[in-house]
Amino acid sequence: MDTIQKNLLEQIAGLHEVPQGAYSLRINGALHGKNSSENIEIVKKEDKPGIDIYIKAGTKNESVHIPVLLSSTGLKELVYNDFYVGEDCDVTIIAGCGIHNGGNDDSEHSGVHSFFVSKNAKLKYVEKHYGSGEGKGKRIMNPTTVIELAENAYMEMDTAQIKGVDDTIRNTKATLSDGAVLKVGEKLMTHGEQYAETRFEVDLNGENSGVHVVSRSVAKENSKQLFVSKINGNNACLGHTECDAIIMDNASVSAVPEIMANHTDAALIHEAAIGKIAGEQLIKLMTLGLTEKEAEQQIINGFLV
Amino acid sequence: MLKLENITYKVEDKTILDNISLEIDERFVAITGPNGSGKSTLAKIIAGIIPATYGKIYLDGEDITALSITERANKGISFAFQQPVRFKGITVMDLISLASGKKLSVTEACAYLSEVGLCARDYINREVDASLSGGELKRIEIAMINARGTKLSVFDEPEAGIDLWSFNNLIKVFEKMYDKNKGSILIISHQERILNIADKILVLKAGKIDKIGTKDEIMPSLLGVETGCRFVKEG
Repeated sequence: MDTIQKNLLEQIAGLHEVPQGAYSLRINGALHGKNSSENIEIVKKEDKPGIDIYIKAGTKNESVHIPVLLSSTGLKELVYNDFYVGEDCDVTIIAGCGIHNGGNDDSEHSGVHSFFVSKNAKLKYVEKHYGSGEGKGKRIMNPTTVIELAENAYMEMDTAQIKGVDDTIRNTKATLSDGAVLKVGEKLMTHGEQYAETRFEVDLNGENSGVHVVSRSVAKENSKQLFVSKINGNNACLGHTECDAIIMDNASVSAVPEIMANHTDAALIHEAAIGKIAGEQLIKLMTLGLTEKEAEQQIINGFLV
Repeated sequence: MLKLENITYKVEDKTILDNISLEIDERFVAITGPNGSGKSTLAKIIAGIIPATYGKIYLDGEDITALSITERANKGISFAFQQPVRFKGITVMDLISLASGKKLSVTEACAYLSEVGLCARDYINREVDASLSGGELKRIEIAMINARGTKLSVFDEPEAGIDLWSFNNLIKVFEKMYDKNKGSILIISHQERILNIADKILVLKAGKIDKIGTKDEIMPSLLGVETGCRFVKEG
């Protein structure tokens, strides 16, 4: 790995070197390295780019890193990663994509991640996207996440795109069985001429299934964001979606929450709020000695932590 | 310490503050007066949140009239809001650290919270958002002022919106602050128990100074005249 790649890896995964334990590292469109562990097997797909990850039933407190780095300009790839999480597991999967584009051609990574989470398993999925480079070429990322939660499975998905991604369409689709619970937290910041689109669609098919989607975003300068969240309550279930956006400069944000109840015991809530930083928040921090710019930064940092 | 010279504030044709001149050198000065008399406006003008239409403000002899909120804060003015501001994602620890101007250890931050009667362990990592009650926010607001430790601390009706139980605790906090604070405290209040610990009381009425004097000079007339105000009468 060169310095640029190492920096990308640090930004998206907090790693300085190739991770320990089970991992798969993809650099510039090719598998750079992978390692299976006793309980976690990583197999390269034969028919298309990507990997299959098998986590043995009962695996506890283990994690898998699957970072993707792109540092050549003009590279476009579509990768399929399928995760099979066995029954009663309690594991963490850390994914992320960093693009450094120093050239004038667009670089694009599209990843389709499918999660098949078995009965009573607990999964934490962390995904971080980051872009850097001074080239005119765009840094484009289009992640698609497909989630199937079996009975009483629990998944927490933390996704963040804080800097440098010019164009993104983020699609997440989930299907939940009886007693399954999905928690999604999204943090997004766009600036310059960037565009970000997020679409969540969750089918609450199981009795006592539940989903909680919280998206916090900041749109600066001339950037544009679209947030679409759709929850279908097809059984006795709980669904909550919340979009909270700070808008600045000439940005534009659109939030489209949709909830649909197909069962009398489906309890669904949506909330969406868009607004600029409250003047009184800035004033309060200024009375503590911060400049207006520092106050603004502090408020945004807190909001996106 | 603080000197106001002919401070006037007008909104269109309406005069909110009319030619206020005063000097504050005492350790604890209270401003009181009926609603709409201009008390909060005066406090905000001192902190730089509202610019005065006319007049000058001096802090330790330096003209600070043209200085921004930030510059005044850095010169040593602290301001506690009547209605504390809520923040999504910013914790009590963050605010106390920002107020103190340095990264605090948990122990240091906890000391400030304990001062205002909050069990620090329960609060330190809480977000300063809608999950905190009005009384809790008020105390955190005061803890921030203590953490700043500036030469002038301005409190805008710290008792507003507080239940009776919290109020009794709040009074104790101010009594303690009076003993410990090394700078000057300027407090806007309607509460007899707060006015009672003031070295000087200023009564504002319709944007003008109606009376100014020591507690013994002002309190009898206040209690006699303001019969319509049950709080001032009964404490």
